[in-house]
Amino acid sequence: MAKQPAAVVGVGQTHHRAKREDVSMAGLCREAIDRALLDANLTLDDIDAIVVGKAPDLFEGVMMPELFLADALGAAGKPLLRVHTAGSVGGSTAIVAASLVQAGVHRRVLTVAFEKQSESNAMWALSVPLPFNMPVHAGAGGYFAPHVRSYIRRSGAPNHVGAIVAAKDRQNALKNPYAHLKNPDTTVESVLASQMLWDPIRYDETCPSSDGACALVIVDEDTAAASPNPAWIHGTVMRSEATTAAERDQVNPQASRDAAAALWKQAGITNPVEEIDAAEIYVPFSWFEPMWLESLGFAEANGGGWRLTESGATAMDGRLPVNCSGGVLSSNPIGASGMLRFGEAALQVRGAAGEHQVDGARRALGHAYGGGSQFFAMWVVGSEKPSN
Amino acid sequence: MFYFRTMTRTLSAPVTVAFDYTRSTGPVLGRFLTGLRDGQVVGGRTSDGSVVVPPPEFDPVTHDPVTEFVDVAPTGTVTSWTWVPEPVAGQPFDRPFAWALVRLDGADAPFLHALDVSSPDQVSTGMRVQVRWAEERIGAITDIACFEPEDGGDGGFETVASATSSTTDTEVEVRGAPATSPDTTVPVTGVVTPVSLDYLYAASPEESAFYRGLNEGRIVGQRCPTCQKVYVPPRSACPADGTPTAEEVEVSQTGTITTFCIVNVPFLGQKIVPPYVSAYVLLDGADIAVLHLILGVDAAEVRMGMRVRAVWKPREEWTYSLENIDHFEPTGDPDADFDTYRHHL
Ligand SMILES: [Zn+2]
Repeated sequence: MAKQPAAVVGVGQTHHRAKREDVSMAGLCREAIDRALLDANLTLDDIDAIVVGKAPDLFEGVMMPELFLADALGAAGKPLLRVHTAGSVGGSTAIVAASLVQAGVHRRVLTVAFEKQSESNAMWALSVPLPFNMPVHAGAGGYFAPHVRSYIRRSGAPNHVGAIVAAKDRQNALKNPYAHLKNPDTTVESVLASQMLWDPIRYDETCPSSDGACALVIVDEDTAAASPNPAWIHGTVMRSEATTAAERDQVNPQASRDAAAALWKQAGITNPVEEIDAAEIYVPFSWFEPMWLESLGFAEANGGGWRLTESGATAMDGRLPVNCSGGVLSSNPIGASGMLRFGEAALQVRGAAGEHQVDGARRALGHAYGGGSQFFAMWVVGSEKPSN
Repeated sequence: MFYFRTMTRTLSAPVTVAFDYTRSTGPVLGRFLTGLRDGQVVGGRTSDGSVVVPPPEFDPVTHDPVTEFVDVAPTGTVTSWTWVPEPVAGQPFDRPFAWALVRLDGADAPFLHALDVSSPDQVSTGMRVQVRWAEERIGAITDIACFEPEDGGDGGFETVASATSSTTDTEVEVRGAPATSPDTTVPVTGVVTPVSLDYLYAASPEESAFYRGLNEGRIVGQRCPTCQKVYVPPRSACPADGTPTAEEVEVSQTGTITTFCIVNVPFLGQKIVPPYVSAYVLLDGADIAVLHLILGVDAAEVRMGMRVRAVWKPREEWTYSLENIDHFEPTGDPDADFDTYRHHL
């Protein structure tokens, strides 16, 4: 049986900040949920099921968010599911929600993802020493920096490409009222002058630590008929692979390439760089823009990505605008970051992205990855109902 | 500390994961905790008119934020209870006590807290109880030390001199006002909730063989019988095909840096003082790199392809750990050709 059509009719997010001490986790989630429901012109009473996602448990010391949030999420009497795939969780949570509608199980599903990084210390949580092992781990930056170095070596990328991405995304964030970082003075030069944290990754090439949440309302065809601008879901894919394996490609992982190929096939896309009008790609460290551009098939492997970035093609006015919202580099409530990519892609094809809208965007990519580049979640949304 | 299990030949070691998480209370729970600090139990009125303690953040029927607060009495009636004969760490008492659901006078829903009685004979559903306040109140649930049988009503302030000293040292701190002299003009907006998990980390039989080898000054991997890759450390399930690695292969103590980063950033819990080089070292004879520390060379001189050798700690410091190898240092040999390690990136 074919999938039922499904569409995003509500997108909500919080104002992302370093510390949202004015709200509890429940309050943070409801801020995003209430905005998404308002956008969808629905209430919690209209919702059939709720799917929640958050970052790994040690990140904020909450083991069972579904348990303590059930009341606040309005879940009494309804199915409530929790999804968990490390940093990609926001994306996979949205995909689980979408699948409940596509499978015909529910008609109106609310999904929310959140994180209050200020209540913990993600760097600590990612670096807890294990017995018998060498305590050289140094957070996410320490994990990904060697792979960024490998990419630079494999692709022959010039030093400043990471800085181009960082400067672009920080400038884009100025157009997004919800973005955390608002640094109008960020330029390629200022990024290159910033402190080297995890060589070859500089301070300004890293994401911030944010408190924030994102919520989406995903509905069936009948419900979507009432929406003036539904974002139709054209394809969803998740793929995983082992964290470590002999000769595993850690720059361009097999699971990522496979996921992208499956996604374009589902969405009927043969030339992504031409057919995608806006992309929200999970870029927590600036070099991951060229890396994922290659892995996703927007550019040739081992060099096409950085050339695309360097050419200006990924800027707001470029051929393939990437992270017009400012991306993860400008707002990073980790548990919500993937859903923000998915939600921002939906805003683009709904023509609802405000100042960071790409004119006439008809198809957009939302992308998330997590763990040691081992969990991938991505979707394509479009302004037209899919024909497949 | 290490445990060596002779029956299974697996190694295990205790691990403690502890962190003081902070919690923003939001306006509703903040109102409740501010009340406790000021010696007043505060409930919230829900849309059906009920008064609930603690106040729920959102109404269970309308889902709207709860905004109406109601002061309730520090006295109430036990609606149900259970006996705790052997208290565990972190509970309100280190002696037997009851957990009780208490409907406070003025509230419609029961509230869970400890009830200080010396035997289960002294507690019953329907009994009257009162709040025993903590000696020092900071804006936390522990500001109510416990409930105690109602004594005819003096407000219940510290009727038992030993109340505070008999409680265990559950740490609760409050953000916004110093704990020693709470500023009662500042509302409580946050609490600190320490979490500590103690568990035993058990290495697999395959990994244990690797760590035992390190205790003998050897680096012993295992070959996967299906794909023939040599894993260091060995695996209970090869990630490519699920087969346990089996055949022991002692690999070289010399290898190639495939890639690396220079850690310049200090962080909580860090064991090595930055800056330091964290590198993937592909040992000769292995098909997967191990992550280790590079010393004996200026960080800026470290290169992909650099040939390095293991430098061991003095033998008397050896345990069953990869830390027996203090670090890797350059051999001085010419760099490895990129093609020899490009498939390990
Ligand atoms: Zn194998």
